[in-house]
Amino acid sequence: MTMLADLVIAPTVLAMHAPVLLVIAPLLVGAATVLAPSGRFAWYMAVATSAFCLWMGISLAMEVSQNGVVSYHMGGWAPPRGIEFRIDALNSLAVVIISFMGLMSAIYAQPAVEREIRIEKRPMFYTAYQTCLAGLLGIVLTGDAFNLFVFLEISSIATYVLVALGAGRDRRALTASFNYLILGTIGATFFVIGVGFLYAATGTLNMADMARIMEADSLHHSRVVQAGFGFIVVGLGLKAAMFPLHQWLPPAYAHAPSFVTVFLSSTATKAAFYALARFMFSVFDPTFSFLEPVFLYVLAPLAAIAMLACSFQAVFQTDVRRILAYSSVAQVGYMLLGLATGTAAGLTAGMFHMANHALMKGALFMAVGAAALNASVWKVSHFNGAAARAPLTFTGLAVAGFSLMGVPLTAGFLSKWKLLEATLAEGWWWAAVVIGISSFLALFYVGRIMQAAFFAKAEEGAPEIKEAPFVVLLPLWLLAGLNIVFGLNPSLPLGMAEAGARAVLGVDLNISGGAQ
Amino acid sequence: MEFVLERYNYWIIIVLMMGGLYIVFEAENMIKKLVGLGIFQTSVLFFYVTLGKTAGGTAPILVETGGHGDDHGDGHAAEAGHGAAAVAHGETHAAPVLHEESDVAHQLETVEAEISEGVTELAPNNVDGHASEAHGAQAHGAQAHGAEPGADPGHVANGADAHGAVSDLPSPEFIATPHAPSQAVADAVYGQSGEPLHMVAGDIIYSNPLPHVLMLTAIVVGVATLSVGLALVVRIREAYGTIEMDEVRAADIAEGEAEGDAA
Repeated sequence: MTMLADLVIAPTVLAMHAPVLLVIAPLLVGAATVLAPSGRFAWYMAVATSAFCLWMGISLAMEVSQNGVVSYHMGGWAPPRGIEFRIDALNSLAVVIISFMGLMSAIYAQPAVEREIRIEKRPMFYTAYQTCLAGLLGIVLTGDAFNLFVFLEISSIATYVLVALGAGRDRRALTASFNYLILGTIGATFFVIGVGFLYAATGTLNMADMARIMEADSLHHSRVVQAGFGFIVVGLGLKAAMFPLHQWLPPAYAHAPSFVTVFLSSTATKAAFYALARFMFSVFDPTFSFLEPVFLYVLAPLAAIAMLACSFQAVFQTDVRRILAYSSVAQVGYMLLGLATGTAAGLTAGMFHMANHALMKGALFMAVGAAALNASVWKVSHFNGAAARAPLTFTGLAVAGFSLMGVPLTAGFLSKWKLLEATLAEGWWWAAVVIGISSFLALFYVGRIMQAAFFAKAEEGAPEIKEAPFVVLLPLWLLAGLNIVFGLNPSLPLGMAEAGARAVLGVDLNISGGAQ
Repeated sequence: MEFVLERYNYWIIIVLMMGGLYIVFEAENMIKKLVGLGIFQTSVLFFYVTLGKTAGGTAPILVETGGHGDDHGDGHAAEAGHGAAAVAHGETHAAPVLHEESDVAHQLETVEAEISEGVTELAPNNVDGHASEAHGAQAHGAQAHGAEPGADPGHVANGADAHGAVSDLPSPEFIATPHAPSQAVADAVYGQSGEPLHMVAGDIIYSNPLPHVLMLTAIVVGVATLSVGLALVVRIREAYGTIEMDEVRAADIAEGEAEGDAA
């Protein structure tokens, strides 16, 4: 274990600057990728950057787990005046998820991009991807509220471009991207208004400093702070596809290039969700008197409605990607329900589910995209009998699908279980019912896909589905395998989520004791 | 009523914000949607600038006062620039100004400097025989930067009413005091003197520069978003032949149904 640790921990020079390298490396290499002579070369660069980010991310997370908070002062200017990258246990988890999913989807990208993106656009496509990765990592690293807005917009603008590039295959990607742009910008602007209110009340932009001043001056009775909270939750909620602000998500996921769907579904909403959790639990304090009714009467019901309504909508979609997209909105509901409890257990469950959802949704979209590598198959009926032709791809899909449903021995089961515990601890019996119904609906919509793939007979003249190439199967199976591994031994993600909740709320948890 | 009127800047923000949002949701034309989005974002710019503005505050520039007038040509001139708004409010501006050579006894007094077209015209106000001193500034030539007609137009504020104070008092206390410049940028320009300069920042009210700087960033973000949005509209027009949202939506639905039939 120590040898492994030695291998993973970056050399001092790099480790010292790991927080900023995580953002700068993809930004700079991304810019250089424009000059790449071919799409394949650009792909090498993108994979290398993502791998570097994962390395830095893991090294950073290990440092955080040993030494507590890592604070990086941008340009040597001490916070709160200067911009600070502040990494505690909560965002080290988010950094690892995003950089890991970035690497997985980058490896997966090559065949899908070759099929879907025109040859002259490929280098720029990878540039947009790396810019997006830089923005997402920036969101989870920064300790400065306005800086967070800037990174939010860096990643979002890159995302609009990535989604729009699906136009080569399907022109509806353009409208999806346009709507996403309009709504995403409104969301970001709401966020910035909220930050303005908080700045007016506290006189600082540093999030830790904000929290301190609000606590010290009991500012939570101030209308300004309360209005700021509202704006921030709406703004970030829009980015995180919080029901009912999720309208942009299904079309964007359905029409984007399949690599983009894999990447976004497992990172973009996660980064926004992390930011939401950070503001709810770290900048604001769930014990603030005005927050209790908000959590109980606004967030929790919305989360519950999302879990039910969007799962229900997913059942009736014919497009596989739309099924999974609506399911994503429902899963955001699960995570939000965890946050809405306002407890450490709830936050842990929310973050744990966020990690698991990245793994399973990433794998599912990968499998669906892999099936479409040889033929344009997006309908459930196209998948009839596909498992016989592409057993590895579809077994991977099945594993991730079971995790999504919450079958025991998978990661998805454990995070739903944690959520159940957290809500029942609050006495929210109705939440348990909602989780049950939503999981039951998941059985239907995932089951439909699996039933078609494994048990239905292929129609005559249906598009031919072939087994995916190795670069696609590798990340797919890694993700699917992790769903099982974490289902059996969740100590790694669960431990990180618990450490995150502990770091943010400053309480000692005795909810699970780590490994089971 | 006064309460409402005093906060006119917030009303502007609210009107712009709601108007912008309404346009975004109501318009079917995509360009109009983007225009609405722009208006919405502009309201946020105003909001931040309002936050940062202090009544009677100036830009955060250290106003420096010169030495004690022992050197020839130790001329200090400051222009009250960008003062149009303040002038409209009829507020008093005292911009620290000509610190002239002190062989004649002067008294602290205010001289209104009419600055127009880059030429400083010292029009003494309440002058009892000190106009000549004011013009003495000219006599001293190029060393008194910005005070001499046409000497250094670059330093002269554009078309603003600058109220200058001419003083020769041995100490530099004539400098802008708290009653002084609102929105006037006291841009101290000083001469060749190697004298240690006296900072009087403590006496000056500054506006908070941070929100302004933040909004510069926000403007850049807004421009980037707008350009991506417009590029998308161009592509949508190529693909659909229209930029009306409802027509595009109809085409999408038709396409979806056609696919559904095929499946």
